[in-house]
Amino acid sequence: MEIALFLIFGLLAVAGALNLLFQRHPINSALSLVVVMMSLAVLYWSLGAEFLAAAQVIVYAGAVMVLFIFVVMLLNAGEEERSHGSKIAYIAGIPGAAAIFCLLSFVFLSERSHLGTTPLGGYLSSAVSNISEISHTLFTSLLLPFEVTSVLILVAILGAVVLARKEL
Amino acid sequence: MTHLNNFEIFLLLTIVKIAIVLVITLMSVAYTVLLERKVLGRLQNRWGPSRVGPFGLLQPLVDGLKLFLKEDMMPLAVERPLFVIAPIIALGCALISIAVVPFGAVTLVHGVDLFQIANLNIGLLVILGVTSIGVYGVALSGWSSNSKYSLFGSLRATAQMISYELALGLSLVGAVLRAQSLSLRDIVASQSAHGAISWNLFGGFQFIAFFIYLMAAYAETNRSPFDLSEAESELVAGYHTEYSSMKFAMFFMAEYANMITVSCVATLLFLGGASSPFGHLFDHIASGPILTALISIFWFVAKVFSFLLLYIWVRGTLPRFRYDQLMAFGWKFLLPVAMVNILATALALTYHG
Repeated sequence: MEIALFLIFGLLAVAGALNLLFQRHPINSALSLVVVMMSLAVLYWSLGAEFLAAAQVIVYAGAVMVLFIFVVMLLNAGEEERSHGSKIAYIAGIPGAAAIFCLLSFVFLSERSHLGTTPLGGYLSSAVSNISEISHTLFTSLLLPFEVTSVLILVAILGAVVLARKEL
Repeated sequence: MTHLNNFEIFLLLTIVKIAIVLVITLMSVAYTVLLERKVLGRLQNRWGPSRVGPFGLLQPLVDGLKLFLKEDMMPLAVERPLFVIAPIIALGCALISIAVVPFGAVTLVHGVDLFQIANLNIGLLVILGVTSIGVYGVALSGWSSNSKYSLFGSLRATAQMISYELALGLSLVGAVLRAQSLSLRDIVASQSAHGAISWNLFGGFQFIAFFIYLMAAYAETNRSPFDLSEAESELVAGYHTEYSSMKFAMFFMAEYANMITVSCVATLLFLGGASSPFGHLFDHIASGPILTALISIFWFVAKVFSFLLLYIWVRGTLPRFRYDQLMAFGWKFLLPVAMVNILATALALTYHG
């Protein structure tokens, strides 16, 4: 059951990500990104992180991507033109991407014992809520990073306000 | 049912529950439209629909038939796939969120709760998430129609919905803090101890949050007095200008299904869900298990119905806001008040709880 969920939504995420690259129209690309985020939310949920799944849907799919689509609609961006691209992109890009992929998979595989594992769908049947655990961790051991992050976001908001004010 | 194992019982009962809830929701959508036309008619000193059936009761049926038989026009300049998928997203999201609403007291049959399709421990977040996905239906319909009225309508609606989503979500935090859970069952259970005085609206001192929620919910469902996205005098019909036949009907049904969902959430979070306003005062009179279940459903439906009536009353009473007033109201008034309410609730709970 959980394997089926994982396969379906894992494939959907990959297909959405590929579609994001191949689509020519920015709206279609943005919608593919929404599909990727929603499938990731299902994967989080199947791993027992239901709060993360809900946050993913509400924040990323429901707010950030809506703003993206909003901007694309406002700018009325047309279809992108295909160019052959620069040679540097071909020479450095593909090996670079392959190198990053290899590095990441090497790190994840070699540090597997330190990262810990979670059974697929193992938490779905039990009624353990991880919301209280997350909030407990955030407000005790991770309090400083949490508050610093909120200050960072506040600075970003103020920066946006300043930039918008200058245009008036 | 002994020859079925637990999983099969669960599966069959769930399918039956989904079918019944879907049919009842669609029927109540149809009859909410009739209720709105009748009540609005009376508010404006006229009769409302009265020709089809007794008191016009068959009007929704005939309306549905009419919309179904109309020509499904597809303008030439539309973005075809998105134009088709937008009403499906809108209606789908509007109907999905009913799945986590508990509409009766806990009634277990073979370990399956009869009066709730899915009891999730993040039920409230699921409703908020599904509502925020529903914005795509509106945004895409306006853009893919390739018409200036649709685009303006959907720009207004999208901006309005993502602005008021914040105030809406924050106004619910007080109730969540009080219940210490995001499960809708737990939130209802936290208010069902002593009847109406333990509801979040009265005993929980969440009346400020309740009014914030009410106003944000009207804006979230694009209803009057915040129905700028379909302001007839300026935008023809807003984001569904180019839609006809069943696609238009899907947007129409989505709007009313959203109204019902929002009323359900208000009932669950502020009015104690399916619990009786008298608490356990009259439990000894109605003691049978079936009667108790029916009474709990009666209270839930009555509360939701009163919210729908309020919706219609407000629509018949208040004029439309101006767009800058709408945005200023949401960001400069509702949002700060909701935040102050969270702080006050948290402080009160820390000192007393």
